[in-house]
Amino acid sequence: MAFLEARGIVKKFATHLALNDVNISVPDNSIYGLLGPNGAGKTTLIRIINRITGPDQGSLLLNGQPLKSSDIMKIGYLPEERGLYKKMKVGEQAIYLARLKGLSRNDALKRLKFWFEKFEIQAWWDKKVEELSKGMAQKVQFIVTILHEPQLLIFDEPFSGFDPVNATLLKKEILELKKNGATIIFSTHNMGSVEELCDHITLINNGKAMIEGPTEKVRRDYRQNLVSIDFSGEKNQVESILKEQYELQTLNAVNNHFEAQVKMGEHQSLNQVLSSIMPHCDILACQELLPSMNDVFIQVVNQKDHPTQNQES
Amino acid sequence: MSKISLIIEREYLSRVRKKSFIIMSILGPILFAAMMVVPAWLASMEDDEVKTIAVIDHTNLYAGQIEDTELLKFEFLNEGSEEDIRKDFKESGYYAYLVIQDNLLENPEAIRLYSDSQITMDAKGYVQRSLRDHLKNQKLQTYKVEGLESILSEINQINIEIPTVKIGEDGSEKQSSAELTMFVSMAFAFLSYMFIFIYGTQVMRGVMEEKTSRIVEVIVSSVKPFQLMMGKILGIAMVALTQILLWVVLTILIVTGVKAAFFPDSEMPSRNQAQIEMMQSQNPEAAEQMASMEEGFNFGKIMEMVKSLEPLKTLLLFIFYFFGGYLLYSALFAAVGGAIDHESDQQQFMLPVTIPIIISLYVAMMTFRNPGSDVAFWFSMVPFTSPIVMMARIPFDVPLWQLLLSMALLVGGFIATTWFAGKIYRVGILMYGKKVDYKELWKWFRYSGD
Repeated sequence: MAFLEARGIVKKFATHLALNDVNISVPDNSIYGLLGPNGAGKTTLIRIINRITGPDQGSLLLNGQPLKSSDIMKIGYLPEERGLYKKMKVGEQAIYLARLKGLSRNDALKRLKFWFEKFEIQAWWDKKVEELSKGMAQKVQFIVTILHEPQLLIFDEPFSGFDPVNATLLKKEILELKKNGATIIFSTHNMGSVEELCDHITLINNGKAMIEGPTEKVRRDYRQNLVSIDFSGEKNQVESILKEQYELQTLNAVNNHFEAQVKMGEHQSLNQVLSSIMPHCDILACQELLPSMNDVFIQVVNQKDHPTQNQES
Repeated sequence: MSKISLIIEREYLSRVRKKSFIIMSILGPILFAAMMVVPAWLASMEDDEVKTIAVIDHTNLYAGQIEDTELLKFEFLNEGSEEDIRKDFKESGYYAYLVIQDNLLENPEAIRLYSDSQITMDAKGYVQRSLRDHLKNQKLQTYKVEGLESILSEINQINIEIPTVKIGEDGSEKQSSAELTMFVSMAFAFLSYMFIFIYGTQVMRGVMEEKTSRIVEVIVSSVKPFQLMMGKILGIAMVALTQILLWVVLTILIVTGVKAAFFPDSEMPSRNQAQIEMMQSQNPEAAEQMASMEEGFNFGKIMEMVKSLEPLKTLLLFIFYFFGGYLLYSALFAAVGGAIDHESDQQQFMLPVTIPIIISLYVAMMTFRNPGSDVAFWFSMVPFTSPIVMMARIPFDVPLWQLLLSMALLVGGFIATTWFAGKIYRVGILMYGKKVDYKELWKWFRYSGD
């Protein structure tokens, strides 16, 4: 069942349509990727889910119920543009932000102790934020986001500004949160992390949801019938067969074998390819090549760019 | 609601704990107290020293014409001693010596006052006045008027002080003081001006801090932007009230403390006496007026005059108008802070907000002279100027209907500006790196609601 559902969301700003009839359905306990180029409308959608702004049309359902303002307590949000009060002490500030999310002072203190110990940052408690490095501040910010144990977590470009060490820590924590039952929405254009973490994705471009679905399915939908075959044997024979009957894209010699990438026609299968070359070589390995999310992203954005732009003008 | 109170608490505590706040809270009263105590203290210091001035009168016309005072003694010496004094002035023990060469009626410049140090204005003024009075009498005597002696002594006793009496609605009389009324009017108008300005800009700075540090989006995911804005405005209002309260209490403590420590027995010389002494040398007539006013300043009279201003009513109205004006302007300041990205952009949006405040002060200045004028009336109705202009009018008694109308308009005014500012603020705080102009602000204003 969908944990969060957005139906027919429309948001207009004075001169442009930020969101044009967007539907998303975030399955319970999943990591949901919200992808799209800059200015596609991701942050607007996230702000609508957070009730920072309201949609012009459309509705939001949380657990099948219309989203209410009290539901904000169930959401933890790490915005792309994030920061802390520079002059305030770390501990005091964390307590303040936790209390704004509805925690009592004592609960906030207890939980903060736990997290500060876990991240080994107890020594920062009485420091002012301006004394911290950017990475340190990011850790504090992350703790504050998840402290009230929200059921829904929204991370907008969480890895921007994190160094590799902290980014790995963050990934680990995100997977941990999922294991503990949270649903996570995750907006990014860092496609590597999408393949690694996201179960589902939606790709938004120019205010419209272009594709939606489980990550694997999306990649399969956009596969281009590419296979890779590792073989040893008569290179020239194999090469000529592959060139004639299929579309040979690359053929490289690697150590003492060869690697070929072949694009098949509509009705051809990997079996056919293999049987046609088998007489001339030993097959060492073969697999279908799924496009990376990066490829899907570029394909979708370029392909559909033009019609939507015409529509807008 | 509890979230607003959390925000108010943070805004309040983070400011009240600041070093600058604590320093201001202590320095302010010390300055105020110093303004009252130091001139009095200086005056009392001078009191101790008796100065003797030697007078060498070559004409022998003026012997005995300059009377001694408590602090100034005059010794009339014979002509020959001038050289001796000049040679050994240090040893002579005189503060100064006065040389008169000729009949001053015929040759007014034939007089010099010598000293090895700068002669005080007091001493010079006193000599000048004594001689002038004497010369005036002498001149009159040349007309040979009958009974001149008695005329002169009568003339010199003429003194006039006009008590101002305020008639109550029931025809009862209350003694009022035009000077006190004007002073109170000026003080309140200026206080309103100062606090609206200082704390209004603090609201703007606070909003800008949240926007540039990028914490604002974290916070508006927990509370509504309007709650954040109101929390900040109200929190800072409480800082302002705390500051006023601290100033009043500390000033009173310091003044009474100093009075008890330094002037235990005597009445503390009032600040006005010091001023009178200063003025005497420059403008004797004004000084006399002030002195006569001063004589009327006994405690009972002051209390009666203060009562005529209805202190409780005035104070409550001050708090109302200060708050109304502060709420009205701080909302606008918050909108400005929300709209801009860099400090350098603030000028163009600050100007339209500050111009009415400055105009108010200007009109308030004219109000002291003519509190019932049309200009004063209209500016005390318009919500943008009424907090300052009406405060200037209140000590002069404002008809009830005008007061109520102005208050109602002010309430309506701040609700309207808060609503308007809230709409701009809401969009502005989440708008980064965008160059903003008035057209852009208008667009934000028209964005659909949440």
